Parts: sequence; structure tokens; C-alpha cells
Amino acid sequence: MRISPKITQALAVLLLGSATFFTVMVLVFVIVFVLGKGLPGVTWEFLSTNPRDMGRAGGILPTLVGTILLPLLAIAIALPLGVGTSVYLTEYTRETRMTRALRFGTDCLAGIPSIIFGLFGFIFFVVGLNMGWCLLSGGLTLAIMILPTIIRTSEEAIRAVPNSWREVSFSLGATRWETVLKVVLPNALPGIVTGVMLGIGRSIGETAAVIFTAGSALRMPISAFDSVRTMSVHFYILAREGISTEKAYATAAVLIISVLMVNLIAYGMMHRFIARRAR
Amino acid sequence: MIQASPAKITIRALRVFHGQEESLRGISLDIPANQVLGIIGPSGAGKTTFLRALNRLNDLVPDMHAEGQILLDGKDIYHPACDVVALRKRVGMLFALPVALPMSIYENVVYGPRLSGVRKKTHLDEVVERSLKAAFLWDEVKDRLRMSGLRLSGGQQQRLCLARVLAMEELEVILLDEPCSGLDPISTSKIEDALTILKERYTIILVTNNTKQAARVADETAFFLMGDMVEYGLTEKIFTVPDDKRTNDYVTGRFG
Ligand SMILES: Nc1ncnc2c1ncn2[C@@H]1O[C@H](COP(=O)(O)OP(=O)(O)O)[C@@H](O)[C@H]1O
Ligand SMILES: [Mg+2]
Repeated sequence: MRISPKITQALAVLLLGSATFFTVMVLVFVIVFVLGKGLPGVTWEFLSTNPRDMGRAGGILPTLVGTILLPLLAIAIALPLGVGTSVYLTEYTRETRMTRALRFGTDCLAGIPSIIFGLFGFIFFVVGLNMGWCLLSGGLTLAIMILPTIIRTSEEAIRAVPNSWREVSFSLGATRWETVLKVVLPNALPGIVTGVMLGIGRSIGETAAVIFTAGSALRMPISAFDSVRTMSVHFYILAREGISTEKAYATAAVLIISVLMVNLIAYGMMHRFIARRAR
Repeated sequence: MIQASPAKITIRALRVFHGQEESLRGISLDIPANQVLGIIGPSGAGKTTFLRALNRLNDLVPDMHAEGQILLDGKDIYHPACDVVALRKRVGMLFALPVALPMSIYENVVYGPRLSGVRKKTHLDEVVERSLKAAFLWDEVKDRLRMSGLRLSGGQQQRLCLARVLAMEELEVILLDEPCSGLDPISTSKIEDALTILKERYTIILVTNNTKQAARVADETAFFLMGDMVEYGLTEKIFTVPDDKRTNDYVTGRFG
């Protein structure tokens, strides 16, 4: 029996619609659940004071600082390396077996579990280079972890820039470098920003790679060689060791809000940028 | 052809290869200064390949190479010591599809001058006004120079592209690759008018798929077919009493 197109259409709408509904509901549930449990504990005092008694009491100020510094450091290292690599691969080399191998390698790197990066960071930076658990070890490790994402998104964004724009630029007497600076990168920027945001998001939420490399000290970091604890690690330790469920949820709530804010700011920036160029 | 002055561009046995395929099969041609050379021929004849050999834009395409000689003012542009960037500032190009860069009208026009290191605002303003006037676009855009070039119509964008080429102070030769193929009649005639004025200052090579346009604008015309230059001469002669039967067939619209 053939089903009439009308029925298949209705069925498709129903199925796809409920898939969407289900997805959104799960997301909303997670967020509402965590915020509901955690928000009551989020006060100004919680945000602005040091933890006491291993986190059983007091606030999360040092972990807040750690959560800001560590991803920033990781991006500061990974962004120039990643964008440089993708510009080199797309603009300065022809597609060869070598570039394909490199691309395959980056894709593989992107799929490696973060704890492996943590282990590598521990063996190489913390022990091997004798840097100890510190901000710098953690930043370098996270940078390596997010590099593939940044390379991949930048490369895609750069490839999406029409070739005719490059040709025009060359025909007006621009060098390759000038063309990259004036035509390619400005137009790839929204894509690059997306990669950076994904990278920051991953870094903020990362626990395994951080705990092995940046440590979990609860003191306020003063230099790049101090150990830090991020909110994710703090949450993990509070929950895992049963120190304080209430403080753990409050930390999780702040974490979720931070990630949302990072994304909102990024979208805002991108839209303003696009609007300015299209005027 | 008897010429009073030496040729602006001298081409000797130019052959261009796309991989194994020979797209230009030994072209020799003297292009005099201050006139419009029209190039006509069916698609695939090698007209675009020829133009892009003159500003070495073909260099950007992998697996493509040129043999023979192209002399600009007597200097071989394929000589290893030739500065390609400087060459492209002297030999500007207009593409078949208008390509405004995704920036303001103003920034489009000053793209070349900025690359050449012009920084002074008053100087750049002057360049913008002069170039847009020469491309017959000034009146239409003078109040919205900060608007994105992408928001102009196709015909306006092509004139913007012309202005952008004219803004280059080093400019001596203008290459046009079927610049009016997608344009409205008004923009087309504005570009044709501009060319007749511009040839007093520049050497112009106009590839066109529209034989009538060549008849209107070109002083001399060359007919290309399958990588060969079949015939070259005064436009009037090419369109009335060509030597070659194939030229005659093409200009009378019997093939192509
Ligand atoms: N990028 C390219 N790769 C391979 N062959 C090309 C390329 N561009 C042009 N050709 C070949 O060169 C010949 C001339 O093309 P073209 O110069 O574009 O002709 P026209 O502009 O007269 O239509 C054609 O046979 C075409 O197949
Ligand atoms: Mg062509």
C-alpha cells in the first residue's frame, strides 16, 4: 500500500518536530535543574570571597579567576598557532599528500579523549620540563587540546572566502600576505571566532586535562607558575569527595552562566562585525 | 601595419599550457599604445588565457605555464627579475563578472593606492573622486561612499571595478575580459564611453563576446580561434573585408 504524500508529510513534521522538542526539553531540563539547585547559593559573597575549609564554606573567588585565566592563556597560545597553520595550509601550499596527511592528523587529534592530553601535559610539562602543576602547564596543555578545533574551523572559514576576491586583490598588485591580511582574514573572522568560542567553551568545561596539569590549589594564583583550580575542577572535587553538595551546585550554576555569557558575547560581537561590514 | 611609435606590448611566440593541453599556440602580436585592441572569438578560443598572461595572473593557477616572450615597454615580463607585484599595478584588469570586494565603495577604490603606500586622506579623497568620475559612477554614489560595494547593482559594480583599476597611479595598460557580458545597456554604454576617453592615456585590450562592441569601440581587432590568432588588423577591415574565411564566418555570425 502506498502512503499518500499528505500523510508522509504530516508524519515527517510530527517525527522531526518531536525530535526537536525532545532535544530542547532535555537541554532546558539540565539547565533549569542545575540553576534551580545552585542559584540559591550564588551570592555576591560566594563570588567574591576565598573558600574556607576545603570549600565547605566561603566562596569561589580563586577558582573564578582560574577559570578566566586558564582558557585565556590557552587561546592566546592556540590562536596564533592555529590560524597561522590554517593560513599556511590554505594559502601558501598546494593540496598535496603532505597537506592531506596533516589534515588527517589534526582530525585524529581532535578526537582524542582529553585525559590523554592531560597525561601528556603531566609527563611533558609538569614532570619533563619540571614546570610543576601550574597555570602555564595547564594553558599549554589546553592549547594543544583545542588547536585541532581552531585549525579546522579557521581552515573552513578561509576556504569559504571566494577565490575571485583573492584574484581581484592580486590583480591590483597585492602580495599574498597583503591579500591574506586585507581580504582573507577579515572575511574568515566570523568562522575563526566560532572556533575560538568552541575552544574557550571546551577549556572552561575541561576537568581531566586541567587537574593533571594545573593542579587544584585553592590559593589565588599570583604568577604563571602557580597552581590554580578552575570551577570545573572545584565542582568535581566538591562532588567527588562529598565535601559539599550545596557548594558544588552553586559552582555548577556559575559555570553554566559563564559559558552562556561567553557565547552571548561572542554572538553579539560577531553580529556587530557582520553588520558593520555589510552596511 | 605601419606604426609611428614602438609597440607598448610586444608578444612573440606566446604559448600557454594548461597541464598537457596547449591553450595558446604561438601568438605573436605588437600592441600599440593609446588605442583599443579588441579581441573576439568563440568561447574556449583562449582569450581569457591571453589576457591573464599579460598580467601574469595565470601564475596563480597550478599546472599552468607560459613559453615565448611578452615585452612591456621592451622589458620581458616573464624574466625572473621582473617584479610581478609592480607589473600588476601597471597592467590592471577587469573581470567578466564584476567583483566588488566586501568593503565600502571608498575602500574598494583606494585598495590599490593603499597598497602602494598612499596614506594622506586628502590625496585618497582626490583619487576616489577622479576615478569614479572617469568610470562614470561618481554621480550615482557620491553621497554613499561608505556603503558596501556589494550593495551596488551589477552594472554599478563593474564600473566600481573600473574605477578601482583607474585609481592605481602606476596604471598603463587596462585589460578587460568581456566586461559587459552580464550588464544592462546603460552601464554597457557608459563603460564603452569611458574606454574611448581612457585610450588617450592608456593602452586598452578589450576581450568581448559581442562583435558589435568590438566594431564600436576597438581601433584594431584580433580574431582568436582554438588557441590561434587567425587574423589581426584594423577593426574596419576585420569587419568588412577580412583575409581569412573563418574570420568572415565569425563576424557575420555564421558560427561561434
Ligand atoms: N583553469 C584551467 N584549467 C584547465 N584548462 C583551462 C583552464 N582555464 C582555461 N582552460 C582551457 O584553456 C582554453 C582556453 O580557455 P579560455 O582562455 O578561458 O577561453 P575564452 O576566454 O576564449 O573562452 C580552453 O580550452 C580551456 O579548456
Ligand atoms: Mg573567457
